[in-house]
Amino acid sequence: MTKFTSAFAAGMLAVVTMTSTAALAATPKDTLVVAAAIDDIVSLDPAEAFEFSGGDLLQNTYDRLVEFDPKNLSAGYQPGLAASWTVSEDGKTYTLTMRDGVTFQSGNPFTAEDAEFSLRRAVLLEKTPSFILTQFGFTKDNINDTIKATDAKTLVIVTDKKYAQSFVLNCLSATIGSIVDKKTALSHEKDGDMGYGWLKTNTAGTGAYALKSWKANESYVLEANANFWRAKPAMKRVFVRHVSESASQRLQLEKGDIDVARNLTPDDIAAISGNADLKVDEDLRGRIVYMSLNQKKAPLNDPKVVEAFKWAVDYEGMTKTILRGQYTVHQAFLPLTYLGELKDKPYKLDIAKAKALLAEAGHASDVAVKINVRNEPTYMAIAQAIQGTLTQAGINAELTPMTGKQSLGEYRAREHDVYLGAWGPDYPDPHTNADTFAHNPNNSDEAKLTGKLAWRNGWDIPEMTKATAAAVEEADSAKRAEMYRAIQREHQQTSPFVIMFQKIEQTGLRKNVEGLVTGSAISSVHYWTVTK
Amino acid sequence: MSLTGTTSGGRRAWLSSRSGILKGGRLLVSLAVTMLGLLLITFLIGRVMPIDPVLAVVGERATKEVYEATRAAMGLDDPLYIQFWNYITEVLRGDFGMSLLTSRPVIEDIARVFPATLELATVATFLGVAIGVPAGVVAAVNQGRWPDHLVRLLGLFGYSMPVFWLGLMGLLVFYGKLDWVAGPGRLDVFFEDVVPQVTGVILIDSLLAGDTEVFANALSHIVLPASVLGYYSLAYVSRMTRSFMLEQLAQEYVTTARVKGLSEARVIWRHALGNVMVPLITVIALSYANLLEGSVLTEIVFAWPGIGFYITNALLAADMSAVLGGTVVVGIVFIGLNLLSDVLYRFVDPRAR
Repeated sequence: MTKFTSAFAAGMLAVVTMTSTAALAATPKDTLVVAAAIDDIVSLDPAEAFEFSGGDLLQNTYDRLVEFDPKNLSAGYQPGLAASWTVSEDGKTYTLTMRDGVTFQSGNPFTAEDAEFSLRRAVLLEKTPSFILTQFGFTKDNINDTIKATDAKTLVIVTDKKYAQSFVLNCLSATIGSIVDKKTALSHEKDGDMGYGWLKTNTAGTGAYALKSWKANESYVLEANANFWRAKPAMKRVFVRHVSESASQRLQLEKGDIDVARNLTPDDIAAISGNADLKVDEDLRGRIVYMSLNQKKAPLNDPKVVEAFKWAVDYEGMTKTILRGQYTVHQAFLPLTYLGELKDKPYKLDIAKAKALLAEAGHASDVAVKINVRNEPTYMAIAQAIQGTLTQAGINAELTPMTGKQSLGEYRAREHDVYLGAWGPDYPDPHTNADTFAHNPNNSDEAKLTGKLAWRNGWDIPEMTKATAAAVEEADSAKRAEMYRAIQREHQQTSPFVIMFQKIEQTGLRKNVEGLVTGSAISSVHYWTVTK
Repeated sequence: MSLTGTTSGGRRAWLSSRSGILKGGRLLVSLAVTMLGLLLITFLIGRVMPIDPVLAVVGERATKEVYEATRAAMGLDDPLYIQFWNYITEVLRGDFGMSLLTSRPVIEDIARVFPATLELATVATFLGVAIGVPAGVVAAVNQGRWPDHLVRLLGLFGYSMPVFWLGLMGLLVFYGKLDWVAGPGRLDVFFEDVVPQVTGVILIDSLLAGDTEVFANALSHIVLPASVLGYYSLAYVSRMTRSFMLEQLAQEYVTTARVKGLSEARVIWRHALGNVMVPLITVIALSYANLLEGSVLTEIVFAWPGIGFYITNALLAADMSAVLGGTVVVGIVFIGLNLLSDVLYRFVDPRAR
């Protein structure tokens, strides 16, 4: 027994000694280690990827014809792989001149043929984000004429009608506009898939980094592209590891095992704010949190009941108590920093007003609703706070927590009472949110316009639909912005959407990390700007 | 006599081999039925869940056309029994389908995540048994005295502490403050892909490659999550050992052994514990099997990419190929461990042969 105890103690001591020396103190100077929740990545093909983490990865591995300058995002779209462009007088033909001297990570030179191939395959593959391009009238049958490389340096794009130039170019800057190395993609083609099977798990771009490895739900590693046309990335390697737990991210950041922690809760942000070795970066992102009332159901379709909901939410209170620094109050459908942003915040918590409105509507105490909410801590906390204030106003609200996929099924089938969730813009143009919140050309069940939130909530808006359609065609940017502001003002008054918050991303960083751009509302994370 | 003897001996051998084949056949049939039942139930649960698997593929923004084309391509328009039949025939061909979440064949995903769980569960069970069995014996021998109370208290603590909390506290103390172990993950990022993957179990692969630095790093990463999981195993094993031992120590053969003058250590550790081994093997196998299912919370806290996290994620995203593939693996593990405990049972108990 004594022998056994001593042997065991000696063994444990050996393990502890061995392991305690194994921990590293800090990450190397030319290497960035990031902890983030990256389990949402489904595909790495730019024609298909549509999730936040996938967008981050592709931002760094591909370039687009039109891009944002990460060092000056507010300047709007800038030349990317297209060095310049002209638009015909009728506003339908875009002639883009390709940048010289750009090579892919494979070493292949970039030409207009690659741009033609990339945009055409995005249309032909018909994956979910393809609508960002097909909304300009590109179809399987006409792309040979509408997206065409006329020579190695020139790409001509012809839209079906005149759109605001900013709308077309902003859409080309979305992930789906990423330019793929045609030769590499086709060398991996199987059964005419244009390299889709291979590109789902590999990358072939001109971006600052090449993907070295990707292990789903685990990690990915990026290696600097020596041929990158913009600059030589200071970080030679970027490791992004999936760590979903905030406390685990924080511990690793404090220890110096990682340089960047991207999913810290308010508690962990507060905890590190006094640490001299760390800093917190705040960036306003595009995600909007809202609650919507199904207009197919009475009494939720009574305008007075809808308005009562808007007065029965404690916007400021929630940002101070449960959302601490991670959301700001925002009550219009376009995220702040978007063209046409509206800063008006007409609603605040006013229980008396909500009660009066309900009484006027003849529903002083008989409104009972189910609120479908995603079973995630932030949304649940918001829902519980709203449930409390709604009760004070005389509305009996029952919360139905659901997984993301589960809640979407009911929402898209227009079977919900009230939905509480979030919406992130698909591309950096105001039409992305206007099209979903304020455009519903056919409110019938058969139309199944499931991509539009206005349709999902059964909100019939022929006039606002016309106004939204007009705004997307306006060539003058200042006028266009004013049109969106007018639509949003009306939307705030009449819509069944209670828009509440806009996301602020708080990132924890080691003090020596400089230049990390998380992308604001219009872009994604950039690693090539980072120095240490 | 000798002739008769030979004949009867040959007949016995024939009968015994025949019964062996019959037993084996019965076992195979029961295995097949169990697996089929497991697949059917999982398949049906996947289909009645209020989650739309098409949305998992196409995402929230998909248009009606994209949605319907995808639904048809996934075969979801076929009747349920045809979908199940298609699935079974594919599984029999070794094709578990593609995971929606990872865009890779499910079989490749499982080959990646299962060794992570296997490694963690094995080290955890080793720790649990190495400490739990002696602790149980000591508690039984000292029934009602302080060592007994201590072991029972530790066991109770192990049962009642949420793994999430215990894991975070462990990280805070042993990684954050004391710096004794490495943080979340299976390896430091710089060691990833350094040694070639042979078994997927990094502790073994690094030894095969002769890379002691990677081995030490992997060990420093596994110690804490394995200790947290092992603590649960310890709590269960020590409690069961104590109760089995108390039963044995009250038996007459123990008194006889003492009367014969055998040393107390021999009586306890050889005779009493020897008889406890039979039920204890089942307990350990069950505890091991539970850990092999994957402990989702431990995997989340320690960013350990194991099968529990994989199946849970797949289930929430309606990635049914991945869920079914994972279920088959867990099913096989359970059945395999049951068989193994049966074999060990026969080995340690002559009456069972």
